[in-house]
Amino acid sequence: MSNIVVDKSKVPWWVSNVIVPLVNLTLALLVSGLFVFIAGENPIEAVKLIIYGSFGYIQGFAYTLYYTTNFIFTGLAFAVAFHCRLFNIGGEGQAYIGGLGVFLVAINLSFLPVPIVWLLAIFGAFLFGAAWAYIPAYLQSKRGSHVVITTIMFNFIASSLMIFLLVDVIRDTNQMAPHTVKLPEEIWLPSFEAFSGILGIKIRYSPLNLTFLLAIASLFFVWFLVWKTKWGYEMRAVGHNTQAAIYAGISPHKNIIIAMCISGGLAGLLGVNEILGVSHKIQAGFPAGYGFTGIAVALMGRNHPIGILPAAFLFGILYQGGSEVTFEMPNITRYMFVAVQGLIILFSGALENLFRPQIESFFVRRLNREVNA
Amino acid sequence: MVSPILELTDINKSFGHVHANKNINLKINKGTIHGIIGENGAGKSTLMSIVFGLYQANSGSIKINGKEINLRSPRDSIINGIGMVHQHFMLVENFTVLENIILGFEGETVFGEKLQKAKEDLEKLCQTYNFNIDLDATISDLSVGFRQRVEILKSLYRGAEILILDEPTGVLTPQEVDELFKILRSLKDEGKTIVLITHKLIEIMDLTSEVSVMRQGEMVGHTKTEDTSKEQLAEMMVGRSVLLRVDKKDIKKGETIFKVNNLSVKNDLDVTRVKDVNLEICSGEILGIAGVTGNGQTELLEALSGIRKVESGSIELFGEKISDQNNFLNPRMLKEKGLAHVPEDRQRMGLISDFKAHENLIFGYHDQEPYSKSAILNNKEITEYSNKVMQEYDVRPNSPNLITSNFSGGNQQKIILSRELNENPKVLLVGQPTRGVDIGAIEFIHQRLIDMRDKGAAILLASVELDEILSLSDRIIVMFDGKIVGEKENKNVTDRELGLLMAGVA
Repeated sequence: MSNIVVDKSKVPWWVSNVIVPLVNLTLALLVSGLFVFIAGENPIEAVKLIIYGSFGYIQGFAYTLYYTTNFIFTGLAFAVAFHCRLFNIGGEGQAYIGGLGVFLVAINLSFLPVPIVWLLAIFGAFLFGAAWAYIPAYLQSKRGSHVVITTIMFNFIASSLMIFLLVDVIRDTNQMAPHTVKLPEEIWLPSFEAFSGILGIKIRYSPLNLTFLLAIASLFFVWFLVWKTKWGYEMRAVGHNTQAAIYAGISPHKNIIIAMCISGGLAGLLGVNEILGVSHKIQAGFPAGYGFTGIAVALMGRNHPIGILPAAFLFGILYQGGSEVTFEMPNITRYMFVAVQGLIILFSGALENLFRPQIESFFVRRLNREVNA
Repeated sequence: MVSPILELTDINKSFGHVHANKNINLKINKGTIHGIIGENGAGKSTLMSIVFGLYQANSGSIKINGKEINLRSPRDSIINGIGMVHQHFMLVENFTVLENIILGFEGETVFGEKLQKAKEDLEKLCQTYNFNIDLDATISDLSVGFRQRVEILKSLYRGAEILILDEPTGVLTPQEVDELFKILRSLKDEGKTIVLITHKLIEIMDLTSEVSVMRQGEMVGHTKTEDTSKEQLAEMMVGRSVLLRVDKKDIKKGETIFKVNNLSVKNDLDVTRVKDVNLEICSGEILGIAGVTGNGQTELLEALSGIRKVESGSIELFGEKISDQNNFLNPRMLKEKGLAHVPEDRQRMGLISDFKAHENLIFGYHDQEPYSKSAILNNKEITEYSNKVMQEYDVRPNSPNLITSNFSGGNQQKIILSRELNENPKVLLVGQPTRGVDIGAIEFIHQRLIDMRDKGAAILLASVELDEILSLSDRIIVMFDGKIVGEKENKNVTDRELGLLMAGVA
């Protein structure tokens, strides 16, 4: 059958939002398993290693959650703009500049009480990320320059700008590598092992820190903003039907800029995790692709915070479990896991609708039969 | 007795829970024009899509010339001599007429002999039926009427014996309709069979020899056109008798509250579409704008409602200037001043079809209390209000959480209307309030507009349906090419008179 017509109103929400993503994910993993097999390793063993690496011991689990934190920020950064039908590909650059914001605030205001420094640094991250997204947003809304193109270019600009700053302006002059000095230790965000230390459990180092809670709070923030406030309502209106928005007196310009700035700000929060929480200094290239993977996270999570949380967690598992696999299995390189990510993006993003009609019509028919019976 | 060229027996088709066609039986005789009428959503288009092979029936059989056939795709139908002209034309805009017609039937990889032959064949066809089409013209240069002819020609060239036309006159001027009917009659005289899907009773009476009526997925009657009347058909369509004319009280005209002076407006392509328009509307009055689509009504309404910039001239509301070329109030400010707008195109502008019904019911009023307080939406209030107005306006199904695209056209229009009328506006701009809306809802919508007028609102009504203009308006202006070409009190005006004005002839 080439065209299956499914009455969308009859499809239960859990079919389109749970079953379909799970089927797509399973397929991606099966194909990945095939790759692993071709590379000469046992796929089942690989899965075991992934699960052990990401859940099996407390430090591994902490790493998983640390990656999840980053993916939540970058996933949300894509999702918010997407509700205004803007493809924010610039999460990477926005996160990079957000990191600059964190560092500048923290290093210059470190004399203030610590919690206030944290709050201001978070604010700085948000502001810098938002400012970096503002320029493409302005160009889109006033000049019609497509935001996909401009945000990609702004990733490159951010990268070059940061290299320039890290080499010539804010480098730690006591050494040659492109990174800054460390922030004073008293303003570092408490790490996971510090918390468990209070509880009397001693564990080894992990990068997980208080920012994880900020990520969870951001999920709530986005949910509330998009579905419970008039701003979210207006953003969605502009995204779904710009003409209608104009008719209702909603300004597309204003909303494009608001949506992009909030997106950029959320991407910027990645800097809080990396700089205030983990490395305590700006290193060249610290966003390390999280911004791009965030796009896949948002697509898999259907741009909804409830979906983004498990999607970010899944990518956290793949990152952490993946490094375990490459460590244990000599035939599997780091790049294999980039390919696995690619497959997940392919199946849950680009091929999203490959099996959707079949699955939906299957369930609709089954449920109808139950109703009729 | 002529044998039926097309015979449908017990056709059933469901989409999920919706039973779009129930046990349909239909016989269409060769060489006739057969009308199929019914309200929106009665299942006419579904049935014809089955005949054209776009959908497959769940059960039932289709016979052509007494031979049972299995139609799995439009290609099968074309091979069996069935052609269809859709409501929305399926033409490649930047191709020529010839290229469009042979598309998919080129018959050769490198154009040469066969293209030449096709051209000759087509020229012959054009002559036989008086089509008067330049085969080398580009589609985008052709008017809607001519594009429709291209579609018909395309079907004929592919050997159609049965031609299905889905709402063919929706986009045509009265004069173009006359031309189309001439063509259809000459096709009939040449022995072709024509199936006309429409909800316009006048066309059925004018053109067809037999008519079948559908209602809610069922075939409720077949009759010879000469044995029936408009009223009888209308009753069969809705299952009860309807008033085709609205009862309205005598006008109680108040003072002028809305005034337009020398207004000119450009469209997005920088072409002046409204030229030096002057008009005044009093409270308690409906001013109708008649005109063929695309003669500046859209741009006029958009300028008046604050969506489009005014090029020159000015607009006054209660004696206060609200727009000229330098300043204009945006739609939200105008709403606060008591101006509401029911836009022409509900899908494109009036609604967000992916939103839930309750979200659309507050659209444009979403930042006012009680729907939102300090930027946070008040779901409780919105739901209460939605339940109330959906009941009041009889929106079906009565479920505020349903996605708007799942409502039928008439119910979507009721959602817009309830939203815009709820605040009791002083000035109401209405564009095509009943386009694509079924008869039951039309009656309801008309009554609401009359009620607003009796309450003292000043209403500007733009519609391409002359009947609607004639039955609702107190005064009528006609727009042609962006100008007002005529103004008449609505007493003893005939549609012929208006039709000539609309065509720019008189």
